[in-house]
Amino acid sequence: MPKPNEIKYLTAIKQEKPKKKFCRFKKYGIKYIDYKDVEFLKKFINEQGRILPRRLSGNSLKYQRKVSDAIKKARQMALLPYITDLLK
Amino acid sequence: MYKSATQQTPSRNTFAWLIKEKPITNSKFQLQPLPLPPENLFNHKNFRVMNNYELMVIFTPVLSEDEFKATQKKYTDYITEHGGAITHSNPWGLKSLAYPVQKKTTGIYWVLEYSAPSSFNEKFKVQMLRDEHIMRHMITALDKYAVEYNAKKRSGVPTGTEKVATV
Repeated sequence: MPKPNEIKYLTAIKQEKPKKKFCRFKKYGIKYIDYKDVEFLKKFINEQGRILPRRLSGNSLKYQRKVSDAIKKARQMALLPYITDLLK
Repeated sequence: MYKSATQQTPSRNTFAWLIKEKPITNSKFQLQPLPLPPENLFNHKNFRVMNNYELMVIFTPVLSEDEFKATQKKYTDYITEHGGAITHSNPWGLKSLAYPVQKKTTGIYWVLEYSAPSSFNEKFKVQMLRDEHIMRHMITALDKYAVEYNAKKRSGVPTGTEKVATV
C-alpha cells in the first residue's frame, strides 16, 4: 500500500477551491435595476447579447428576474440588441 | 316522493317551544351600531391615488428641433390637463438604435417622469399610438426604490451601481 504522497496522478488535482459566487445586488444593497443604464446591463449579457444564466452571474433569483426584466425592456426600446455578434 | 308545501314535517327540535317562549334579551350580546367610517375613505371623487410612472418615447429622426419641443409641450400639457404632474423631463436627443426600427437606424429619445392617477395611462397610450412621429413608447410603473434611484441619478449622487465589478 503506497503512502498518500507517493501516489502519482495522470492529471494534476485541483488544489484551490473555486471561489464562492455571490449576489452583487444583495452585497451592495442595490434595490432597483434601471433599464436605461445600458453599460450596467451589459455586465449581465454575453457577446451575442444573450442573458447570462444565474449559474454564471451568481445573482439571486429575485434580482436575476429584475435584471432580465430590465434587459428585455432595454431591448424593446432599441437600447440593447436582441441578438448580435461582438457586443462589448 | 315530493311533499307539498302545506304538508310540513314535524320539528325534531325538542327545545323549540323553549326558544319561542324566551327570546334572548340580554343587552350584553345585543348588536351595537358600528362606528361610521371616515367620509373620504369611500369617496372616490375626493380620494385620488397618484402613481409614479416613467415614459420613454422614440420619435422619428426626421423631426426638427422645434417640432420635437412642440411635441414635448403637447404631451406634458396633456398629462397636466388630465390630473397628472410632471416630475422630470429629460430629452436625450438623437441616438443610434441597436437595431433598425421602421427602417430607421436613429431615433430621438425622450424620457419623462410623471405622476398620474391609474386610469390615465390607457387614454395616454391611445394618444401616442395615433401619433405618426412616435416610433415606440413604453410606460414603466416606478416603485419607491425606482423613484429614489432616479432622484439620486438626477442630483448626481452615486447610486451604488458603480461598485459592481465586471463578470
